[in-house]
Amino acid sequence: MKTDTKLLMLIVVFGLIALAPLLITQESLLNIVIMTLYAALLGQAWNILGGYGGQVSFGHAAYFGTGAYTVAVLQVQFGINPWIGLAAGGLAAAAVGAFIGLCTFRYGLRGSYFALVTLAFAEVLRILSNSVDFTGAGVGLLIPLERSAANFQFLTKAGFFWVIWAMTLAAFLTVWKIGNSRFGAQLMAVRDNEDAARALGVNAFRVKMGAIMLSGFFSGLAGVFYAQYFLYLDPYIAYGAAISVESLLVPIIGGMGTLFGPLLGAAFLHGLSELSRAVIGDAPGISLVLYGVLLVIMVLFVPRGLAGLASHLRSGKRAVSQAEGGNDRA
Amino acid sequence: MTVLEINGLCKSFGGLQASQSVTLTVPQGGITSLIGPNGAGKTTLFALITGFHTPDSGSVRFLGEDITGLPPEAIAKRGMIRTFQTVQPFAGQTVRENIAVGAHLKIRGRAEALAKAEAVARQVGLGDRLDMDAASLTVAGRKRLEVARALATDPKLILFDEVLAGLNPSEIRDVIPVIHAIRDEGVTILLIEHVMQAVMSLSDYTWVLNQGAIIAEGPPKDVVSDPHVIEAYLGKGMAERIAKREAASA
Repeated sequence: MKTDTKLLMLIVVFGLIALAPLLITQESLLNIVIMTLYAALLGQAWNILGGYGGQVSFGHAAYFGTGAYTVAVLQVQFGINPWIGLAAGGLAAAAVGAFIGLCTFRYGLRGSYFALVTLAFAEVLRILSNSVDFTGAGVGLLIPLERSAANFQFLTKAGFFWVIWAMTLAAFLTVWKIGNSRFGAQLMAVRDNEDAARALGVNAFRVKMGAIMLSGFFSGLAGVFYAQYFLYLDPYIAYGAAISVESLLVPIIGGMGTLFGPLLGAAFLHGLSELSRAVIGDAPGISLVLYGVLLVIMVLFVPRGLAGLASHLRSGKRAVSQAEGGNDRA
Repeated sequence: MTVLEINGLCKSFGGLQASQSVTLTVPQGGITSLIGPNGAGKTTLFALITGFHTPDSGSVRFLGEDITGLPPEAIAKRGMIRTFQTVQPFAGQTVRENIAVGAHLKIRGRAEALAKAEAVARQVGLGDRLDMDAASLTVAGRKRLEVARALATDPKLILFDEVLAGLNPSEIRDVIPVIHAIRDEGVTILLIEHVMQAVMSLSDYTWVLNQGAIIAEGPPKDVVSDPHVIEAYLGKGMAERIAKREAASA
């Protein structure tokens, strides 16, 4: 697919999604769309580092939780407006990304070693937030209800929809730009073969640092949104494994290192969990069981994800028609 | 003028001395080759020169500047690019995208880098495979890709690590003019090669490495008749036996 075609498709898809609040009047249905966009944002953030950079992280909750706690603590403890908290949350999460990047990439940690260290960082942050006072420790933080747009607490779901729509679009545009820039070319080169990339003058450390900070930033934005949407945080929500798992599951199912993968993955996962709720009911943990089964199936049979499956079918058709063309000539 | 000047370069891995005080120079322009039997330490020497290993002692000077111990990317930025003996394509990316990574060393814009990649691909004979996945190239195609990626960085000196190994004679005949064309553009070339036919027809000057040390140097024709070199390749006493046989048949 040409890059201009991708941009056009991106604009069309987000344009269609933008129709949702106009067409859907039922708040609970709009909620599903909002949560799907939120999952796509979370997944796209992971995709920058994991999909395009090849650095698989098991601890994206570290960035998510930092964004969420930043906006909540600033509001509850210091009375700072959450719109300022939005920027602060993203930047704080990017700073955590920079710190983790310095601790890992500087010393050449790759593959499973990197993954384990990211997991450890998220756990350390969870335990810290569970034991210091300003995060409310184990009790958590309740953001006072004060419904107004100026306070990032909208009266209707439509308000939240526009915020998450804009943030997710920003993340997708950023990833489109990555796929069409020197930074992106170098990032993917490092993913596919770090030594060969360095031999061609790519500063692998700097490129990976850029990716982990961008990834952390968007993950942090998702955290800020979560905090404002649900107005409650505790260490398990913010820094727990569930967020880390969702962050990586969405792009793995949708297609790692592809622009549209996280959107496909998010839609598929949320569709599935809604379906399971309708069929099985709200049995606790059932969605995690489903996610696990799905992950095994995807990794075994569709390792390139839904987006990979789509392009595979397309190129398969092309190969067939080429072969036929070859026969004609012969 | 010398492009590359290596002085007393040493490196050992545990008890193995992979490089024992190697000293060699590469003059500007032309093709210099580095030969030696398997395990002589040729690839290690390349890795030492290009920053993939740090030497224990000795120095590497490139265009008059001391670059000893710099990381690979810093050395590449100065204009010295190596290729790999075992080809290292960015699998899953197209030939065009692979070459563009090299082009991006000097070019910021994506479109310009892709255009440069296309031009370089044509130059090395990959023009018809631009949109192919690099992983699906044949061995000969991958070797060309290694050359193309290096060339796309606009280097001053290219270190080719056995670009002809694994190719059949007709493929070798196709690649040799490509290397000549690179030299004719003014790029200096240092190559490691096993294919003696290529060494003889390509290089102006040859250095011979054995067990981590330089044992001979000179024009290729002189070097291949050097008794030390014959013994390094064929074993002790071989030079004498060959000389005897030649005397007998004469």
